[in-house]
Amino acid sequence: MRLPSWISQHLAALRALLVFTVLLGLAYPLLLVAAGRLPGLSGRADGSLLHVNGTVVGSRLIGQSFTDADGNPDPRYFQSRPSAAGDGYDPTATSASNLGPESVVDTLSGNPGDASPSLLTQVCARSLAVGRLEGVDGSRPYCTADGVGAVLAVFHRDGFAGPVTRVVSVNQTSTPFLAGYAGVTVEPAKIGEDYQALGGVITPIRGTAPAHPAVPADAVTAGASGLDPHISPQYAALQIPRIARERALTEDRVRTLIKQHTDDRALGLLGEPAVNTLELNLALDRT
Amino acid sequence: MAGWIFPGTLVLALVVVYRPFGDYLYRAIAGTADARAERVLYRLVGVDPKAQQTWGVYARSVLAFSVLSVLFLYILLRVQDKLWLSLGLPPVTDHVAWNTAVSFVSNTNWQAYSGESTMGHLAQMAGLAVQNFVSASVGIAVAVALIRGFAARKAPGQARNPATPATLGNFWVDLTRITLRILVPVSVLFALVFMAGGVVQNLSGGTDATTLTGATQHLTGGPVASQEVIKLLGTNGGGFYNTNSAHPYENPATWTNWLQVFLILLIPFSLPRVFGRMAGQNRQGYAIVAVMAVLAIASTALTVGFELHGGGTVPQAAGAAMEGKDVRFGVPGSATFAAATTLTSTGAVNSFHDSYTSLGGMMPMVNMMLGEVAPGGTGSGLYGLLVLAIITVFVAGLMVGRTPEYLGKKIGAQEMKLASSYFLVTPALVLTGTATAFATGHNSTALNTGPHALSEVLYAFTSAANNNGSAFGGITVNTPWWDTALGLAMLLGRFLPIVLVLALAGALAEQQPAPETEGTMPTHQPLFVGMVVGVTVVLVALTFLPALALGPIAEALA
Repeated sequence: MRLPSWISQHLAALRALLVFTVLLGLAYPLLLVAAGRLPGLSGRADGSLLHVNGTVVGSRLIGQSFTDADGNPDPRYFQSRPSAAGDGYDPTATSASNLGPESVVDTLSGNPGDASPSLLTQVCARSLAVGRLEGVDGSRPYCTADGVGAVLAVFHRDGFAGPVTRVVSVNQTSTPFLAGYAGVTVEPAKIGEDYQALGGVITPIRGTAPAHPAVPADAVTAGASGLDPHISPQYAALQIPRIARERALTEDRVRTLIKQHTDDRALGLLGEPAVNTLELNLALDRT
Repeated sequence: MAGWIFPGTLVLALVVVYRPFGDYLYRAIAGTADARAERVLYRLVGVDPKAQQTWGVYARSVLAFSVLSVLFLYILLRVQDKLWLSLGLPPVTDHVAWNTAVSFVSNTNWQAYSGESTMGHLAQMAGLAVQNFVSASVGIAVAVALIRGFAARKAPGQARNPATPATLGNFWVDLTRITLRILVPVSVLFALVFMAGGVVQNLSGGTDATTLTGATQHLTGGPVASQEVIKLLGTNGGGFYNTNSAHPYENPATWTNWLQVFLILLIPFSLPRVFGRMAGQNRQGYAIVAVMAVLAIASTALTVGFELHGGGTVPQAAGAAMEGKDVRFGVPGSATFAAATTLTSTGAVNSFHDSYTSLGGMMPMVNMMLGEVAPGGTGSGLYGLLVLAIITVFVAGLMVGRTPEYLGKKIGAQEMKLASSYFLVTPALVLTGTATAFATGHNSTALNTGPHALSEVLYAFTSAANNNGSAFGGITVNTPWWDTALGLAMLLGRFLPIVLVLALAGALAEQQPAPETEGTMPTHQPLFVGMVVGVTVVLVALTFLPALALGPIAEALA
């Protein structure tokens, strides 16, 4: 019996799909899983796990939070970057923040669960916290002294033009970071008001902070994977005095350890030098 | 300065491999002998490898294979809990399963789900990774069929004779050869290299680690390396994990990152060599790859430049555009990846475009709006660019009053209708999709507000309709409306153009080539390269500038 061609075509398609599923979906990956059992490859194929006294303490490739149960930094350890993966460095919920470059207005709320800070305020708050922990100046451009985004909603008489009639500091509910703007007294924000919808022009204020803040960029931004195993050499250097103090080591000894756990540019050319925090902290625990 | 070494060395490497790898592709596809394994496979499938297909039969074979692939993948995802290696995960919900099935079959690999919390290992291996291979092969096969249409030489007097219809090869043979001779060997090789770099490859459900401060961290496992390679080589882009190529288990080091970008660009940039060789004139291949290179280099330079400059309030406050970027890649290694993944139809990400500077984040969108032709997806980039070359020939012919011809084939009314329809498919899907989302209020799932929210919606439809699959993130798309709408955009954005291209190939194959005369416009010289670039940029600008002006451009100017 000859099948109509539209049926025979589908039969061929079905058979092709099944054959390819067996070849590419089973044989190919399982062959590579078997190759991953070879000595020399197996440690990496299993996730580059690190052991201390027989217990798995993490992976060389996956960052960790070095914080106590309440989320406060443990001062004996080098701190990782901020992370957007779950509660921080959770490999079962990897994520980035996905907040945009002009995310500058906080959603304020009396209930902390409903409030959502803008990316700018997150950057400012982290900078202040890192500065306090390391004993350096945590100020940054576009940040207030109390660690939120320095952003005004400026109302003009004719919408976008004309004299300024009203100015609100949109991320602050108490004393604004500026007393006056364009001759108008700056008001604090009221919870629940959307000043942009009311016609205010969102205006970030640069302020007087140095162009190169003491706290480096990677310390105040969340990475891509939420599992970034590295920090920049600058952020590592910032943490040296604290680590030396807490561990009763000389700063030179800590500096040497950092050097030993820095992944240099590949072939001396590609990418950025980066310090592996987990390996560095394990080395600290061993000294 | 150091930042420019990363893209610079990539350009060098691609120049070096163009001829040898392109020739390897040509021999694999155009050879006359079947290997024994292939003959066994043809017998299992029940097809005659010697049979030649007309464009209609070729198209029906592509569609039949793809329809069954969608069904098979949908069912696999819906019953994954009853099969092995599901890791205890529940079946994928119906709208996500539909969206994912279409997404992987159409070579889009848009992900409305988070890998580590949705897909078991079997669904990843036997479902998603299989489509990574075959959807890439389908794209290359269609491109090869179009080249055969150009290269076909009908006997005198037989042109457009219905008794002897022109043929374009055999889809099953193309599918098999491209998969077994090209994709599998390269994948095995580079999977081993990636494993040596730290990409995981196991069937474990994960390991619990006790961190230095006493917390528990669940380190995930999975057959990642085998899927990682084909995700890049086949310009698919669907990550094993939610954060895709940013995840250290997918992309552990700086040099693996370089290799990932290289693999993304390898096949799309080498296919013009196949075009040149099959058309019998290598210089035609050089002209096409030159168009791709001009657009790609310009776009990559702009993306890296915008990100290194770090404009905008938050990047200025932070001191660098490091939000959503990992330290080991840095700004140049992230921005180059972003350019490569959107210039092709890959859509894998190693950094999060939503947090890019306004103009840096616009570049990936512009790249996709170019129609992904520089160099585009595996196969789809080449056929997309050949359609644009046809449009250019036509425009140039109108300007100087010559009969438009490309490779000796006349570009007549029928060819132009097919080429124009091809070009209109994606803009129609992107712009009506975005407008529909706003008109029905479904834009409300965007995380950001103002122009940035328009960018998020526009990016989602651009990515789906162009079969890219990268996401601006920041928009919740696993709702029934979004899954359905984007699924339709992906399906139509893939298969309408494929049918139009095959019809075009059929029309070209029916023609007897016209002899080259003094009046023939040369299509291998810099002038023509410049004209194709110009026509591409003008067409895209006319189509998308109004939408871009309301999104990223408005944001950058604010």
